[in-house]
Amino acid sequence: MALAARECVTARLRFFGDRPFFVTAWHDTECTLGVVSAALAVSGLVKRYGAVEALGGVDLEVRESELVGLLGPNGAGKSTLVKIACGLVRPTTGRAEVCGARAGSREARAALGYLAELFRFPGWMTADELLELHQRLAGSHGGERERADLLELVGLQDARRRPVEAMSKGMQQRLGIAQALVGSPRLLLLDEPTSALDPVGRRTVRTLLEELQRRGVSVLLNSHLLSEIELVCDRVVILLGGRVVTAGTPAELARPRGVEIETNEGKRTYPEAGREDIPRLVAELVRDGKSVYGARLLTSTLEDVYVEAVGGEGS
Amino acid sequence: MTAVWTIAGYGLREALRRKVFVVVCLLSAAFLSLYWLGARYAFNHVGGVEPPVGVDARTFAGAFLFGMAMFGTLFLGVVLAIFLTLGTVRGDAERALLQPLVVRPIGRSTLLVARFLGAGAVCVPYVLILYFASMLLTGLEGSWWPDRIVTPGLELAGGVLIVAALSLLGSVFLSSIANGIAIFMIFGAGLVAGLLGNIGHVLNSPGLIHAAKIAAWAIPFEALYQDALRAITEKTSGLTGFLLRLGPFGGAEQGGVGLRLWAVAYLVLVGAVAVAGFARRDL
Repeated sequence: MALAARECVTARLRFFGDRPFFVTAWHDTECTLGVVSAALAVSGLVKRYGAVEALGGVDLEVRESELVGLLGPNGAGKSTLVKIACGLVRPTTGRAEVCGARAGSREARAALGYLAELFRFPGWMTADELLELHQRLAGSHGGERERADLLELVGLQDARRRPVEAMSKGMQQRLGIAQALVGSPRLLLLDEPTSALDPVGRRTVRTLLEELQRRGVSVLLNSHLLSEIELVCDRVVILLGGRVVTAGTPAELARPRGVEIETNEGKRTYPEAGREDIPRLVAELVRDGKSVYGARLLTSTLEDVYVEAVGGEGS
Repeated sequence: MTAVWTIAGYGLREALRRKVFVVVCLLSAAFLSLYWLGARYAFNHVGGVEPPVGVDARTFAGAFLFGMAMFGTLFLGVVLAIFLTLGTVRGDAERALLQPLVVRPIGRSTLLVARFLGAGAVCVPYVLILYFASMLLTGLEGSWWPDRIVTPGLELAGGVLIVAALSLLGSVFLSSIANGIAIFMIFGAGLVAGLLGNIGHVLNSPGLIHAAKIAAWAIPFEALYQDALRAITEKTSGLTGFLLRLGPFGGAEQGGVGLRLWAVAYLVLVGAVAVAGFARRDL
């Protein structure tokens, strides 16, 4: 796709400041918007710990601005996959790239933000000091403004000078999310980010994720909370035994389960019926003298899909 | 370099906020107070002592007391170095403190070097302060001053740096408790090597002396300590010199420039193994 140079400049996308990206090639009179690397590209990823195979050849892609939910029972390999992506664990074989750079390389780590499932921050540090430390390590020049924005984003603006050890678990988790966002990462890897949050805190994080998505950040969200994944994710990947067993958008994964019609005699379910059958069914009921109050298309929930995919296998 | 200073500063601030320095200062003050008391009594009584022929009582008392203070300084410096570094990698990883730092675009080697520099920035001044304070107390109470003033202090500090490096290396492979125990045992092995050397000198056993020397060079903080002991009385000769060379905790042995070069090479070697081990470690 070719654009005039002037248009190309205006095609720069901005996120958390003035850092431009997406422009992949420049020429004298025109520039080319090339194919942008996936935020996370994983292929044939295998990880063995001795005789135990944590990942058995995983292929996965998280595209720019995409929010992908990672599901699976405990021990399915979700955390291992996330750790390989952020360079904490080395793969046995296979390839993992973050924004086109090998996972674990300096470039890859500069492009991501990470919140571990079981994380801890030094209890003696205040929220502001912690973010400042991570700003320095991430090479962020956002300064005090960025720290204030991030704390406000996670609702901790009043706890700026509070030591971590004086925070509740939920506050620490929100601080963890703020920490992961330091330096405006292009890919966010969140491992169970809402496990310690109350319903209001979860809603805050959901809103935050939607906002980040609008700003062009890609997110890989590892969570056991299916309702949460269903609400915010563009795509869902289910792992089992270190392999991808199901993947797709929530709409693709949802299967029709019939039609439910509410009448004055109660609810009736037509398991074989589809959307196109609803007018006919309603007409028949009315013709039979029933009062119809509503009709609903039934689809399987993500929970149904998940249980079907993992075969009832729990932790 | 910014990342190095950031991590080193983080380590220093942690020590400060965790009140490590307060505890260390209080214990060191207690140590120096007791040492001052001991030196005062020892030198008060030295005038009334009838020493064996060929032994200068004041020199012997001064060098022996100061040798003990040097051992105390080394011991306290080693304790500080171990506690500042014993959980740097595996310990912090098990407590999930390390992962958020490692995923940042700083090298793992940078993190290790920075933690080493942070520990060094605490331990080296600490050892030097304690060394010069005990020297001052010895000199003021007994009018005895070591033959070499600065070199022994630097060698003690170097010895503590080697222990810090070993502790960092251990932290890559061992949990905090296992690493702490291992490094203290290595320190104890150095002490035993020094005492074996003492016994070898008394028995005039070349084999024992040789074995002790090999052990001391294998863990060169001990060899540096022995060289430091030798340096404080290097101009003292005769029976006084012979007795002093037996030392209070391990004998005085000359190491010279070769030892100092070996100590630097040892530090680099330990650092390289630690960096290589950390680079391959799954967190």
